Amino acid sequence: MRPTDVDDPEYFHKVVDCQWACPAHTPVPEYIRLIAQGRYDDAYMVNWVSNVFPGILGRTCDRPCEPACRRGRVEEANTAKPEPVAICRLKRVAADFKGDEVRARIQRTAAKNGKRVACVGAGPASLTVARDLAAQGYSVTVFDGEQKAGGFIRTQIPRFRLPESVIDEECNYILNLGVEFRGGQRVDSMAALLAEPWDAVFVGCGAPRGRDLDIPGRREAAADIHIGIDWLASVSFGHVTGVKKRVIVLGGGNTAMDCCRSARRLGADEVKVIVRSGYEEMKASPWEKEDAMHEGIPIINYHVPKAFVLEGGTLVAMRFEIVKAVYDAKGRRSLVPTGEPEVTIPCDEVLIAVGQENSFPWIERDCGIDFDDYGLPRLDAKTFQSSTAKVFFGGDAAFGPKNIITAVAHGHEAAVSIDRFLHDEPVTKRPPPHVNLVSQKMGIHEWSYHNAVSSDLRSKVPWAAAQKALQSIKVEVELGFDPVTALKEAERCLNCDVQTVFTEKQCIECDACVDICPMDCITFTTDGEEADLRTRLKAPATNADQALYVSGPLKTLRVMVKDEDVCLHCGLCAERCPTGAWDMQKFLLQTTMAGPACRDAKPATTRVVTAA
Amino acid sequence: MTYIARPKLHHPTLVRNKVGYTRRDYEGKISTLCAGCGHDSISAAIVQACWELDIEPHRVAKLSGIGCSSKTPDYFLGASHGFNTVHGRMPSVLTGANLANRDLLYLGVSGDGDSASIGLGQFAHAMRRGVRMVYIVENNGVYGLTKGQFSATADRGSKSKKGVVNADSPVDLIGMALQLGATYVARGFSGDKTQLVPLIEGAIGHGGAAFIDVISPCVAFNNHAGSTRSYDYVREHNDAVSRIDFIDLADEIKAEPSAGEVISLPQPDGTRMRLRKLHADYDPTDRIGAMNHVQAYQAQGEILTGLLYVDPEATDLHHGLNTVARPLNALTEADLCPGAAALTKLNGSLR
Repeated sequence: MRPTDVDDPEYFHKVVDCQWACPAHTPVPEYIRLIAQGRYDDAYMVNWVSNVFPGILGRTCDRPCEPACRRGRVEEANTAKPEPVAICRLKRVAADFKGDEVRARIQRTAAKNGKRVACVGAGPASLTVARDLAAQGYSVTVFDGEQKAGGFIRTQIPRFRLPESVIDEECNYILNLGVEFRGGQRVDSMAALLAEPWDAVFVGCGAPRGRDLDIPGRREAAADIHIGIDWLASVSFGHVTGVKKRVIVLGGGNTAMDCCRSARRLGADEVKVIVRSGYEEMKASPWEKEDAMHEGIPIINYHVPKAFVLEGGTLVAMRFEIVKAVYDAKGRRSLVPTGEPEVTIPCDEVLIAVGQENSFPWIERDCGIDFDDYGLPRLDAKTFQSSTAKVFFGGDAAFGPKNIITAVAHGHEAAVSIDRFLHDEPVTKRPPPHVNLVSQKMGIHEWSYHNAVSSDLRSKVPWAAAQKALQSIKVEVELGFDPVTALKEAERCLNCDVQTVFTEKQCIECDACVDICPMDCITFTTDGEEADLRTRLKAPATNADQALYVSGPLKTLRVMVKDEDVCLHCGLCAERCPTGAWDMQKFLLQTTMAGPACRDAKPATTRVVTAA
Repeated sequence: MTYIARPKLHHPTLVRNKVGYTRRDYEGKISTLCAGCGHDSISAAIVQACWELDIEPHRVAKLSGIGCSSKTPDYFLGASHGFNTVHGRMPSVLTGANLANRDLLYLGVSGDGDSASIGLGQFAHAMRRGVRMVYIVENNGVYGLTKGQFSATADRGSKSKKGVVNADSPVDLIGMALQLGATYVARGFSGDKTQLVPLIEGAIGHGGAAFIDVISPCVAFNNHAGSTRSYDYVREHNDAVSRIDFIDLADEIKAEPSAGEVISLPQPDGTRMRLRKLHADYDPTDRIGAMNHVQAYQAQGEILTGLLYVDPEATDLHHGLNTVARPLNALTEADLCPGAAALTKLNGSLR
């Protein structure tokens, strides 16, 4: 097998599973260590730079990092319920316990460069673009139909999950950078916008249309049937303050979970979530499903809605067909009726949360922006540039509904594109990330990180008392970790960014690392092809998603092979290595954001002459 | 040396043996030896061998003397019995323990100082009595704990770390063991576990005094150019006479065909040990042949490793003393005291 090229930043980046999985590539272990040290401000700033909304994401993120977390794999066969580090809720800890100094540390804006950028929509993608560019001296104007910034963060996420104060605070950090916010001013013509003297336009208007369900009775019972996202927005703005007694929520995504829990708080006695697919395949995050069920809301699966049932003109029930999942040879699922009689479930009100769609009624189809057959703009997947060179898209508006952290990642990339575009540099050329790899050795057996591995299990986030929480839509359910629990949880992090770096010319093949490794990650063996090597290691390397770190030939012509899969990053290999062939080196990768670093032409360094 | 405890977490695929333990269950405390010490590899080999042979840790007694090597029993088999004796006195304490309870598996762990200097006499007598034990000498040719003086097994002409040339002849523990009647004599290298683990397994299964000389480089004081116990020197001069395969015949067919005649030797527990000869003219059951072969190689500066000699019909001290099959410590007063009538009869016979 070819020796691993550790000079390629991708190799070590991939080892940091959480950071690799995060669309914005937030350096997770870095901020978790800061939390463990009680340096909440620093931890917040690491997040703020990378994902812009630490307090918001710390409560609402889809957490792609957590299923990827190595801790979950490491605990397999070691604990009854293997679980990842509570990364998302640790992020909230940084936001909860940061001090006022953070405000002062938020970057100052550079001198105005005279370039004007318009952002359509004030959701996470637009606000990210605004922050990245405003800090670099751009004059950014953000338009939104609502009075306050935040977009779907503000309109769709119920207050019991995300208090308004947190949204205000983090949106204001951005708007206070000198961003002009035109609230209540919905852009309704792209042609008109393009006629104005903007140097670039960013479209971050989201996927604002909730999918409807066209089945018998829909029109007749319209008064008691609502589209989930619209209903959530009405609840959020206080236009809706109550529901009827029996509510059915259709759909299995996170919006459905927000709907059912909101309905429960608005006075419904009986709330049911009814979903076409099986429970396991539901789109909602596992923890959101658990939270809903925890509040006494049943989730009924394999029920396909057939009709709304009316009696005397009012909605009284819904009829469902019962199906089962059948998989074909290729593993594709289809839902096949079981033949059982249809089921009628009584209800007074129905919330439809079966998906969202993009909708661009305000972009004239002849204004130069091409759309594909699905009604999505034709974009370059990396640059987010549309067929009109100065128009860029991001967030849900770009490739359909995803989540906040993806929108933030799009925002960063689009800001880089806009910055390069307005400096006459090709947008297709992307800046490499900023990478730093530095030894953590402090003494003979002393490291600058805490290398002892905690055996604690994942801590649960405390909840407000159910009675109190269910009484009001505004009472935040999750209370967040206290500092002691946060420390305990932070210690579960394996510091995967502290890499095991192997220098083959130093190795004397004494086997000390092989003997000490608690996870049997290291093997010295004869070289072979990867598939063959994976079966010949001290412990079989069955997780093909995780790389093998392979050295060149050593003195005995064998090679060192390390399976990255369940490495604890405990540093024992390096501690037991007599020659320093193993070293623990911290790998810090930061994606390059808009600004001089993302451009090819570097500004001439000015020499400062000081009087002697 | 390491300060943090070895994490309890283990690889998800770690398997349990027939007596219900994982390999990790055979570990001891974290080693306090220097990083890269060959002794730690020997500890790991002992752990591996005991796990593979399904040995119950509480049926093992590990005894040692003084020195780096003699510290190691703390680092493996944490759930076994242990006795850290006076310098060089492991063999006599072990002999006593063995006489008291013949049912335990005895591991004697010693070093070149402990066995070839201060304990040379004890070593010799344990061998000639045929005490059933696995006697492992972790041989690095140097006094590591006192910063690198030559030990009694250092080769004449080899250089110390400071550049001093050794003028004394080495004590040849393999030669002595062969001469004094050890019935299982092997030499291994800490840097080659694929060879060492089966050698230890063979010794554990052996019915008499089993001696293994394990060359174990001292990375701190004896791993330099001019040393004959360095990783590089041993790898360059290592010549194995045999390889022990415990593999089943079915696996053998799939395994890579390799040179060497296979001989099958009976073990006391009824199983058979399969030995692949790597030197065509070498007969591992011929004691005098083995002595000559070892000496001839030594004269050329080569290090002969593998199973050098084995007596398939070995007996032990208990056989020589004709003791009862039950361990002596399990005999009760009723078993041991014949009673007044027998005493009177005995006394009468002497009148």
